[in-house]
Amino acid sequence: MAEQAQWDRQRVSEIIHSTKSMAGALLPMLHAIQDSQGYIPKDAVPMIAESLNQTRAEVHGVISFYHHFRQTPPARKRIEICRAEACQARGSRELEAYAKEKLGISYHGMTASRDFSLDPVYCLGNCACGPSVRIGDEVVGRVDKTRFDELVDDAMTLPLEISS
Amino acid sequence: MSDVKNNSVSTKVYIPRDTTSLSLGADQVAAALALAALNHSNDIEIVRNGSRGLFWLEPMVEVETGQGRVAYGPVTKNDIDELVNSGLFNGAQTHALSLGDPEEIPYLKKQQRLTFARVGVIDPVSIEAYQQHGGFVGLEKALAQSGQAIVDAVKESGLRGRGGAAFPAGIKWQTVHDCGLEEESPQKYIVCNADEGDSGTFADRMVMEGDPLMLIEGMTIAGLAVGAEQGYIYLRSEYPVAQQILNEAIANAYESGFLGNNIQDSGRNFHLEVRMGAAAYICGEETSLLESLEGKRGMVRFKPPLPAIEGLFGKPTVVNNVLTLAAVPFILAEGAKTYADYGMGRSRGTLPFQLAGNIQQGGLVELAFGTTLRELLDEFGGGTASGKPMRAIQVGGPLGAYLPESQWDTELDYEAFAAIDAVLGHGGIVVFDDSVDMAEQARFSMEFCVAESCGKCTPCRVGSTRGVEVIDKIRQGENRAENHILLKDLCETMLHGSLCAMGGMTPFPVMSAVNHFSEDFERTTG
Repeated sequence: MAEQAQWDRQRVSEIIHSTKSMAGALLPMLHAIQDSQGYIPKDAVPMIAESLNQTRAEVHGVISFYHHFRQTPPARKRIEICRAEACQARGSRELEAYAKEKLGISYHGMTASRDFSLDPVYCLGNCACGPSVRIGDEVVGRVDKTRFDELVDDAMTLPLEISS
Repeated sequence: MSDVKNNSVSTKVYIPRDTTSLSLGADQVAAALALAALNHSNDIEIVRNGSRGLFWLEPMVEVETGQGRVAYGPVTKNDIDELVNSGLFNGAQTHALSLGDPEEIPYLKKQQRLTFARVGVIDPVSIEAYQQHGGFVGLEKALAQSGQAIVDAVKESGLRGRGGAAFPAGIKWQTVHDCGLEEESPQKYIVCNADEGDSGTFADRMVMEGDPLMLIEGMTIAGLAVGAEQGYIYLRSEYPVAQQILNEAIANAYESGFLGNNIQDSGRNFHLEVRMGAAAYICGEETSLLESLEGKRGMVRFKPPLPAIEGLFGKPTVVNNVLTLAAVPFILAEGAKTYADYGMGRSRGTLPFQLAGNIQQGGLVELAFGTTLRELLDEFGGGTASGKPMRAIQVGGPLGAYLPESQWDTELDYEAFAAIDAVLGHGGIVVFDDSVDMAEQARFSMEFCVAESCGKCTPCRVGSTRGVEVIDKIRQGENRAENHILLKDLCETMLHGSLCAMGGMTPFPVMSAVNHFSEDFERTTG
């Protein structure tokens, strides 16, 4: 797919080179690649494996074990709703139903426009001010339906990130 | 000199930069205040502190006056003009959001803050502010002692692991201390478990965002005690603000000679690095955390060997929770006995309780062990946020039991909770009002285990999936009696047959819901 070709092989190479000598290098390396590219490109896996003298299966196993790592390009705005108990006690179940309906997607889904993705998160550590939502890198507390609408509207009206 | 400059000394204004305050608009408040100060030609210095943990009052703005600090909260950016016009920069207390001296707010005044003494008070990354408030006194004393003397102090304090398992910290340290005594300089590690994944807990986060130098000091002291020169803080990826603040604090500590080689000209070394997790609840389990730090999947290891003997990269390793390590500077500075004087029975010292969920006055309450749950809720909680009656309280995270009102008089003590098949865990207290469906909560506990099991052992990996199915059948009214027997049997198997607490404790919330809220399993749904 075209989007697979968009990642910066040169940059990923540099990251691999600069992190491979760390003790327990794989997680820091994967974080750095995802921070720079938005995801771990499939074709980067053999490069990673070779640099650490591991098999591709081992690297894939690590990527797929952790919820944080993704192997496809992300939406422009990631929305995560806390599903854990403290937020449930404040109405996160109603909020997640509303969010799914409003965005027209389920958990782990992405809107056709690629503007938004929706994922569950198990605790943002904001448990006295739930329901909590993370939109992009920002955590927002006490999110009811009205506040959720505002967040989505704000994200739509702000210029969505212009790729390089 | 000072009299000449008095007029130009800027007023210090404190606005928290912790995750909760930011989630309620603290950055916007800071920007609006800076602009208002400019417009009113007021010379102010904005200090971004941590949160004191009175979350219903956040963002809480504090102004330094000649008579000490005064607070305002909860402040939104729309309140700023009014607050400034009513004299905020002079500490005037006429506005409706005025809170007076923050230390006099009963919620704070009634606490016994040992670990949280500085949190929310100081600039978290300032070495100077940390030292002005008693920081590094413990380290200084530790540098003058033998490793064994430090270990003895921690033993004497009675400090037990604050991550949940409550294992005596001094005994763990002794084991690591005694490893490799015959070698020249054996490789050992100090690992801080900052994978605070339990719902309803945020005390670790508050320490890391509000007083990270205390954690750094505690880890350095641990290094001196056991002879380790390398430390790692394993931090969950859901805490980017803590990551940022920790890294600033670590950089400042290196620059001031409190980390690195030859700490404060002592000839001793300690290096520290933050490593990020990647969203896996299981990595809060210590052996799974070590696997993750080594760059692998977070699969639980068999014990023995204990991590204290064969831990990170096969080397002796102290793995302690943030709060455990953060308690250490106090113990060294003030003496083990001073710490041990707090608490009851075998639970010594204080525990930072975290009031969360459906609660009016959620936040951090540090108290000595021994208060009852009901006292804690009555004196601090202020009722539910919804105004409805409380029905169930989950203590100790997603693997902790749900307590019905008949159990709320239990003393908050590790042994007292164990006696009722419950856990104190990391001190998280999640309140539910009477709209809660406890059968749905029981189902969620199993569902969470499905999502987060590492998959190594069958009772946890498969048992949780079967658990969801059985609970669904019960809720749908299918062979209820038989399925209840099956569920109980399944929980027994998970309890006794799982490798770690993930599968081994998931039955706690499930069975507590079944036993204490059985009426919720008799309604037929879906």
